[in-house]
Amino acid sequence: MAEKTYLQAISDGIRGEMRRDKRVFVLGEDVGVYGGAFKVTQGFQEEFGAWRVIDMPLSETAIMGGATGAAIMGMRPVAEMQFADFVSCAWDHLVTVAAKQRWRTGTPIPIVLRLPSGGGFSGGPFHSQNPESSFAHIPGLKCVCPATPEDAKGLMIAAIEDPNPVLFFEHKHLYRRIKGEVPDERYVTPIGKARVHAEGEDITLVTWGAMVYTAEEAAKQLPDVSVEIIDLRTVMPWDKQAVLASARKTSKVLVLHEDTRTGGFGGEIAATIAEEAFEDLDAPVRRIAAPDCPVPFAPVLEKAYIPQVDDVVRGLKELSEY
Amino acid sequence: MATGTAVDVVMPQMGVSVSEGTVTKWSKQVGDTIEADETLLEISTDKVDTEVPSPATGVISEILVAEGETVAVGTVLARIGGEAGAAAPVEAAPDEPAPEPTPAPATQVAANESAAAASEGQAAPAPAAPAELAPSESSGKSFVSPVVARIAAEHGIDPAQVPGTGNGGRVTKKDIQAFIESEAQAAPAAPPAAAPPAAPAPPAAAQVAQAPADAGEPEQGESFEPISAMRRGIADHMRRSLDTSAHVTSAIEVDMSKVVAIRAKLKKEYNAAYGVNPTYLAFIARATAETLRDYPYVNGEIRGDKIVSKSFVNLGFAVELADGKGLIVPVVKNAETLNLLGMAKGIADIAKRARDKQLTPDDVAGGSFTITNPGGYGTFHGTPVISQPQVGILGTYALVKRPWVIQDENGADAIAIRSIMNITLTYDHRLVDGAYAGRFLRDLRERLQTWGESDY
Repeated sequence: MAEKTYLQAISDGIRGEMRRDKRVFVLGEDVGVYGGAFKVTQGFQEEFGAWRVIDMPLSETAIMGGATGAAIMGMRPVAEMQFADFVSCAWDHLVTVAAKQRWRTGTPIPIVLRLPSGGGFSGGPFHSQNPESSFAHIPGLKCVCPATPEDAKGLMIAAIEDPNPVLFFEHKHLYRRIKGEVPDERYVTPIGKARVHAEGEDITLVTWGAMVYTAEEAAKQLPDVSVEIIDLRTVMPWDKQAVLASARKTSKVLVLHEDTRTGGFGGEIAATIAEEAFEDLDAPVRRIAAPDCPVPFAPVLEKAYIPQVDDVVRGLKELSEY
Repeated sequence: MATGTAVDVVMPQMGVSVSEGTVTKWSKQVGDTIEADETLLEISTDKVDTEVPSPATGVISEILVAEGETVAVGTVLARIGGEAGAAAPVEAAPDEPAPEPTPAPATQVAANESAAAASEGQAAPAPAAPAELAPSESSGKSFVSPVVARIAAEHGIDPAQVPGTGNGGRVTKKDIQAFIESEAQAAPAAPPAAAPPAAPAPPAAAQVAQAPADAGEPEQGESFEPISAMRRGIADHMRRSLDTSAHVTSAIEVDMSKVVAIRAKLKKEYNAAYGVNPTYLAFIARATAETLRDYPYVNGEIRGDKIVSKSFVNLGFAVELADGKGLIVPVVKNAETLNLLGMAKGIADIAKRARDKQLTPDDVAGGSFTITNPGGYGTFHGTPVISQPQVGILGTYALVKRPWVIQDENGADAIAIRSIMNITLTYDHRLVDGAYAGRFLRDLRERLQTWGESDY
């Protein structure tokens, strides 16, 4: 057990699987010689060679197409989009081919697509998005969004093991900011299992990714309100049972995400609670999310855009007083 | 002349402890003409069933609460007169003397108000104020969240009874959970029907009882009828009593020959002079009230962590209503102050009012000891259930002539024909010991067997 950053934990997860399984390889822009834009794969090419750590041209389509073909042929590619925002260029290979492959032919298609996502550093509209709900909507794709170093490593290993395309949303804001104990040995964090980040009785706060920490800070500011923070960990499949159980316990739910509001995954969670736990609700299910507009560049505007601790405090207070 | 002014009939306040009532039957319909004090409807509360007399003479213009509906005290049930009722709904009122006191104070007030208004030749002020206030009082409390609705249904609670702390006084899940918890804690210390005279039972407590399970559909050969509020109340009380008290029954045989002889003598006189029959029950009640003074625990109560003794004897009498429709236990208050005649009159009065549905809830509250009298059907023994929170109930059984060993004037044993009655005392062994109960019965027997002609 050692203290690792979120970024190191992701790196360790990939490296460990590459050492263990020769089919595992990485491909992406600047992942080799440069070690990746965020240095997740630093030292990989030295250790595994240029054939397993492949620098790709500036073409997300080529990266995704290459990963899809390799996976169909029995390899286990770990592909990187330099920023999650650019995955739109890879849409056709990802959504039309990879997502349907197993359904059409019954063959496994074990791809991990790494998607550095999220804002908070004035990245502007092209380098700050959280597009998980777009892909959660596509049958055949899995979406994981770890919040802690331990989960980042365990979910990376689970994603590489999984026979389906798994989109690995790693939050850039957490890369070096969040540190935590990470077991040295190999372990798997199951996809589709939520984690109770903090137990509570009064309000259930469902969130994932970097918003787990925003939620934690907000809850700290309300010592009189007992907030149960559920870190969903994976958005597709998502842990309905854990969320419903907590909703039934507290009868008040706040869903928080960094993605925009309309069509954001919080809507799916709120709808499910309304359908399946209606008779346990003591207040409307509330959502806190980014407004329906592109991520602004200006720091002041970005702060107004991404849900902040104060926004969550206000939301929790309103629910508490409802 | 108060033409065209409607008189409201409101759900009467049937004693201090009742907050709502159920309309069980309308005796008149819209358009019917009704005389003041004529029975307009029958209502049922968790304590008593009663008739509500009309507060005015006139034509019924509106009936606002249907049979079977339960509404709060003060709710307008019907209107007499007004537009639909046309002319002079309360014409007769000013000419009549002040109305007789009725067991329904609220309707009486309504009648007086309308009478006063009519005599002054003014339009009667609409006594509908409580109903008009109701919406604003309940504003903000009206929204019931899904979880509160479900918990309320599961526990048989009216959410309107729960103090709300949410937005605009809304009842939150925590509010209703706290309410249930506090009721559950309050229940063992002061059981609902059990309150002492000064502290009437909280009406909500009865509602905390688990909602009964759905009976489903009747099987072949079965038929269903709804459980009346009274039957539900009896069921809950009987069960609670057995769960509360350690019931033990002792019986004693009493030679009633002297009482029989004295009663035969007094009967004519009492009937002629007072219009009342000196029943055996009156003799027994008189002797019981007297004996209870020497045995305060039998007349006592266990209340929380204290034993309660009482300087008064409030004697309850179990009265059967027609057709097995229920049992009611009206109380003769301060029975220790009554002589035989007073006791006979008191019993006759409550029994008649019970059968005529004229009792108020206060008539059935505050008993300290109860007598039940099932002997009229020939039964010679029984083990009645104590009326909580009392600790004793006396059972009187069939009076029969039996061969009885007596001593003649020479002290020799002889067999005589005597009128013998079995009397039982069922007592709560938590407070009353067997020997104490035995001595109580012995003394009661002694009083009855030695009743003298000048004893009253």
